[in-house]
Amino acid sequence: MKLLKLVPDDTNIKFLKVRWPLFIISVLLMIGSWALVLTQGLNYGVDFAGGQEIRATFTQTEEAPIAELRETVGALPNAGDPVIQRFGAANEVSIRIKLPSEAEGDPEYAAEMTRQITDALRDGHPDVRIDGVDSVSGKVSGEFRQDAVLALLAAMLAVAIYIWIRFEWQFGAGALFALFHDVSITLGLFSLFQWEFSLQIIAAILAIIGYSLNDTIVVYDRIRENLKKYRKMHLPDLLNLSINETLARTVMTSLTLLVALLPLLFIGPESLFGLVIAITMGLFIGTYSSIYTAAPILIWLGVTSNSFVPEETEADKQERKARSQT
Amino acid sequence: MLDFPSWKKAWLWAVTLIAALAALPSIFAASGYDWPQTLPDPEVNLGLDLAGGSHILLEAEPAQVAVQRLENMEESVRSLMANAEPRIRIGDVATNNGNLSFLLDDSSDLDRAREDLMPLVNGTGLVREWDLTVVDGQRVVLTPTEDGLETAVSQAMESATEVVRKRIDALGTREPTIIRQGDTRIVVQVPGLQDPDQLKDLLGQTAKLEFKLVDQNALPSNVAAGIAPPGSQIFPYVDDSPFAGTSLAVRRLGGIRGDSLTGASAGISPQNNENVVNIQFDTQGGAKFAKLTTENVNKPFAIILDGEILSAPNIDEPILGGGAQISGSFTAESANQLAISLRSGALPVDLTVIEERTVGPDLGADSIRKGMLALMIGSIAVIVLMIASYGRFGVYSTIALFFNVLMILGLMAALNTTLTLPGIAGFVLTIGAAVDANVLINERIREERKRGRRVIAAVETGYKEASRAIYDANITNLIAGALLFLFGSGPVRGFAVVLVVGLFTSVFTAVILTRMWVAGWLRKTRPNDINI
Repeated sequence: MKLLKLVPDDTNIKFLKVRWPLFIISVLLMIGSWALVLTQGLNYGVDFAGGQEIRATFTQTEEAPIAELRETVGALPNAGDPVIQRFGAANEVSIRIKLPSEAEGDPEYAAEMTRQITDALRDGHPDVRIDGVDSVSGKVSGEFRQDAVLALLAAMLAVAIYIWIRFEWQFGAGALFALFHDVSITLGLFSLFQWEFSLQIIAAILAIIGYSLNDTIVVYDRIRENLKKYRKMHLPDLLNLSINETLARTVMTSLTLLVALLPLLFIGPESLFGLVIAITMGLFIGTYSSIYTAAPILIWLGVTSNSFVPEETEADKQERKARSQT
Repeated sequence: MLDFPSWKKAWLWAVTLIAALAALPSIFAASGYDWPQTLPDPEVNLGLDLAGGSHILLEAEPAQVAVQRLENMEESVRSLMANAEPRIRIGDVATNNGNLSFLLDDSSDLDRAREDLMPLVNGTGLVREWDLTVVDGQRVVLTPTEDGLETAVSQAMESATEVVRKRIDALGTREPTIIRQGDTRIVVQVPGLQDPDQLKDLLGQTAKLEFKLVDQNALPSNVAAGIAPPGSQIFPYVDDSPFAGTSLAVRRLGGIRGDSLTGASAGISPQNNENVVNIQFDTQGGAKFAKLTTENVNKPFAIILDGEILSAPNIDEPILGGGAQISGSFTAESANQLAISLRSGALPVDLTVIEERTVGPDLGADSIRKGMLALMIGSIAVIVLMIASYGRFGVYSTIALFFNVLMILGLMAALNTTLTLPGIAGFVLTIGAAVDANVLINERIREERKRGRRVIAAVETGYKEASRAIYDANITNLIAGALLFLFGSGPVRGFAVVLVVGLFTSVFTAVILTRMWVAGWLRKTRPNDINI
């Protein structure tokens, strides 16, 4: 049986030739992402914004009366600007209302609002079935925001320190930069498309941090091996060689993850869409960054083959002398 | 590296099979079969987002406990001074800034007053509850200590949790989980509950019932303006009452509290067919109630629930039976709810719902079906890709994947963890990433063969050289997963559980088990060439 080889043997792509333009593009994308996040902001879901998301099915109707719901729900006091849209089948809707900023400090507000909306739904529609309610007060959403930021920062720092310990400081810094790149661009895309940003997305980003590093570690591991093996090789050539040697792995590991995720993205439960789309995008960004961000940065940080050869101690020196004399 | 003595093989198989067997009860349950009752049955719990049900997070305001405590202290101080032999005369007891202070009429009573207050000040527990200071030799000031307040909040939360449990049990729901969280929170999880409104109403009702005499001397215009005569306070009527919008002045002292009940039930009043709640006092409460009604025949008294007047009936005759009937414009439902609340006792502190997550059983079942289907298709795609790329070695990683999934389920069941909707995504992610280890190993074997190494040496080097990156990658994933578990909550935590458990089982199945199988095959056939 002839086996599938996605990357032909002896592939030699000059990845590092274009390292400058691509690196500049990466940095620009990062800056752009943060500019978007800071100006346009993220579309916080109820987890982070507070408020409520209510999902309902109209069991006796073909199509949910969305226009009418906009009116009834919008007419409720303090409803503000409700987001009402189809969720799944045509007779299923989701109603999302953000907590008004003046209600941040009122712990009872969210629960009261939820009651009003469900009552309004049931009043006009005897066939309505409430499928799900998420109601979060300002206090809880504030804690979620704080925990999310802490978790992301702690994760990036912790893994970078691990890489530093296992490799050298340049590799730790390179990995940290690559992770920051991945997280920034993922956030940027969520801001650009205004996808709902929830606790699940934080879970997805943490998963991205883990899996983006997998590829980076494979490349770094080979760079370390080659640095010991080819002590005289020019560093950009050595990095290029390492990336090419591990390219089949990078492609295959990303591909297995991708084919596992795609069915979940297309036919999985609607509530998982955000999580899966985030991981899928992160997969591409992470694969790219382990080649174009994590590796070239080693050149600029001055990695040399000496980084992995222990310095000769006085005892070693004498032993060598003694050996050469005999 | 490829040397597997029999004892090692036996040991590896034992671990694999035990972990995989632990998954069987969950699989039986999921496919609708009964697991034999005689066998141990560790089972993966389904999160509320999959099984359906309600998650409610309640929070108490600790400041309220402090206020209540100050009120109780005031009463105790008053009765202690009044009952001293001879009586210690004091002026008004003032409360401000959380402190309590009073003036002794006669400064020579100071030592006696101090002595009498000592048991209150020192409290019954290990910590001192109040600081007692004396100003100008005559004014006694009591300040709550921080430790004392902390203990009081903790005790209030403990009994609040107990009250919550009783109320939920009264609703007859199945297997509710009620846990205290942090200093001031209670988590309530009720599987299968689709409409939590009734539950929220029940938990939102503090059910502090009071009977107080109406102050008939108060000027109606003053009451309407909210000005209470000395010794009285003003309470509004409840919204459902025919008198809603108006208020009454009632005497602060001399009433009784409805916290010493032995029973409460909803009923219909024989006189006017109204919904009422019948309550039964315990012996002591009954005696107090009899005394109050005997001494105040033909006067009105207010029935106050959670700071609002339900009704203010006239006392027609002394009520000596130890029971009372509460009327207050109830519906059958609200009467029943109040009866439940009163039976379970008053909450020592108000509880507010600060987070609610409810998922209907249909939505949960739908999520499981869609998630499982996606998981199957994804797994098949991964298997096809692996076998197409690595042939026999791909088959080994497929078998490893099969055991991997079983082991994750088994370990999750044994550790009594919960599978949530994001947890299903965690499964998919784990399947896609578990074979990464095999990819790294197989690619390395390919490379070593290409460099001209003999089969055994190539396989040996492949496993050895790839292991380093595999372990590093898994440890960094473990770090990210652990942080998600630490900072995450609810369903997201379920995602972290699958990821972390999956990391351990993946390394075990994808690296260790496949090596055992590959070694066994090489030993038996001793091939000169391998197709990889």
